[in-house]
Amino acid sequence: MRKVTKSKVTNFRFPKSPTGIRGLDNITNGGLPKNRPTLLLGNTGCGKTIMAMEFLVNGITQFNEPGVFMAFEEKIDELIANVKSLSYDLDKHLSEEKMYLEQIQVNRDAIVETGKYSIEGLFVRLEQAIDNVKAKRVVLDSLDTLFYGLDYLTLRSEFRRLFSWFKDKKVTAIITAELGDAFLTRHGLEEYVADCVIILDNRVTNQIATRRLRVMKYRGSLHGINEYPFIIDEKGITVFPLVSEGLQQKSSSLRISSGIKDLDEMMDKKGFYVGSSILISGTAGTGKTSVAASFAFNVCSNNKKCLFCAFEEAPNQITRNMLSIGVKLEPFAKSGVLTFYYSRPTLQNLELHFIAIRKIIHEIKPSVVILDPITNLMTEGPNSDIRSMLTRFVDYLKTEQITVMFTAAITVGSIERNPSDEGISSMVDTWMMVQDIEVEEERIRSLCVMKSRGMAHSNKVRRFNISSKGITLSPIVRSDKGATGDSKRNIKENKNLSTVSGSDEFKETAR
Amino acid sequence: MTNLKKVPKSRRARVIAEDAESEKYILWLFVTGNLPNSARAIVNIKAICEQYLKGRFELEIIDIYQQPTLALAEEIIAIPLLIKKFPLPEERMIGDLSNIDLVLKGLHII
Repeated sequence: MRKVTKSKVTNFRFPKSPTGIRGLDNITNGGLPKNRPTLLLGNTGCGKTIMAMEFLVNGITQFNEPGVFMAFEEKIDELIANVKSLSYDLDKHLSEEKMYLEQIQVNRDAIVETGKYSIEGLFVRLEQAIDNVKAKRVVLDSLDTLFYGLDYLTLRSEFRRLFSWFKDKKVTAIITAELGDAFLTRHGLEEYVADCVIILDNRVTNQIATRRLRVMKYRGSLHGINEYPFIIDEKGITVFPLVSEGLQQKSSSLRISSGIKDLDEMMDKKGFYVGSSILISGTAGTGKTSVAASFAFNVCSNNKKCLFCAFEEAPNQITRNMLSIGVKLEPFAKSGVLTFYYSRPTLQNLELHFIAIRKIIHEIKPSVVILDPITNLMTEGPNSDIRSMLTRFVDYLKTEQITVMFTAAITVGSIERNPSDEGISSMVDTWMMVQDIEVEEERIRSLCVMKSRGMAHSNKVRRFNISSKGITLSPIVRSDKGATGDSKRNIKENKNLSTVSGSDEFKETAR
Repeated sequence: MTNLKKVPKSRRARVIAEDAESEKYILWLFVTGNLPNSARAIVNIKAICEQYLKGRFELEIIDIYQQPTLALAEEIIAIPLLIKKFPLPEERMIGDLSNIDLVLKGLHII
């Protein structure tokens, strides 16, 4: 008995109507509830109309489901013109009788209320519109206009009727409404619409606006409960569902050379794992970008595609600068093997950067992605958010088997305090530190591999030479070799220490 | 000729309206079948017309279930809807017409 009921539960699949909107169907596990109304809430300028329109257009183009759009706010010709910029050709769908648009005007001033009434007129028009094109999808955009024109209590009960009418008509409907101040509780819509409620939001943090989407309620179905950022561009809406990643990561045993022979030597003589994440951290001017550029150069030389995301220097500045160490990136950039993504970190939210980068990745399918430097992005927004965003981004790259290299600029002071770069070093597979150290009263660049998962890596701190022929690593040489080196340095340090403390004492007494 | 041309359109319309005041009222009542509100509205408007507009009205009752295209043509949402087509200006009233004062005001009878 128990077994039977169990299988019944697992076999049941809630009927859904796919939206065709990238990402949204992942969050909702397949789309909006079929033959039921969904409430789409949001403030002005959140993208409600566009999302609703995309739902209709995708219904026509992808799922052969004709649609009806009832516009309460915009004129029909304006609406058609407005969505043309999103490459929706409504005229075509209209002439093919796959779509029906109707404007509904509510003019408060011209109406006198003389007694009880219903909005049956709207029902009649809807029914006619649906029958016209045999619609399976309906959009009402937006309900608020009705509230400005008609009596609230009447509307409340009429909407209840409308929503159950949609179910009888077997159409999947999107009804948009303003979120406003406590809209939900004021109008009490959520109580009876309530099969699915999606909230759109356009928030400004640190002067950067981000659109977000949240599925507040979905009766009878699992759904992602977080807020997901989304963008509207010429290809329509893309929601960025970050939950779905990280489950099907593959771990490759293939290796990829770092492009620096001596560095490969330090890591099993083979280099990084394909699809792993690599972090290079170091203070300013220690050669992080040079390491990254050498890696990019080597990848491109093997005719594999590389995406270089520069957040500090312009691409042509990088190519020029790297020329000085014998890394010629320009031919690769011209032939398209190397793609630069250049953007000011402050231009948009980190998540939007990731969305943009992800789109490029989809287009060019690189085998290596370089982010230089990741720390510049970290100034935008609270730290915990960034870490989780980065983790999800790295997860995404791993599922795609893309090797990713970050550089991170750290300040001298933070090396002692917190050398782990805002905690990102714990999530990467290979972590290298480049540093200026003082040897024999001379500042030299050094490099060491702090960690490298799954390989026997060298623990040595190597001297890091940048010359016109590229990057080489060599042992750190001290003038007097052997056992005396350490003791000599100790003596020297002690001497330094004593002089420092001595001077402190001196200051104390002087005061 | 030149003088008449200079008369603004709005004034011309008013002249016509004044001329027509003695003419018949043309009223359209939109209903949905015999739903309670609609049935009440029909009873109410007939009573009002008999009492205040005896002999000088034309009342047309239109069921939008039967003629759904008119719902779109007349921009109808709320039902019942009474439209005073003539004399101008056109007036619209929604509801079952049970508030007689408001109806008379809307019809410019009082």
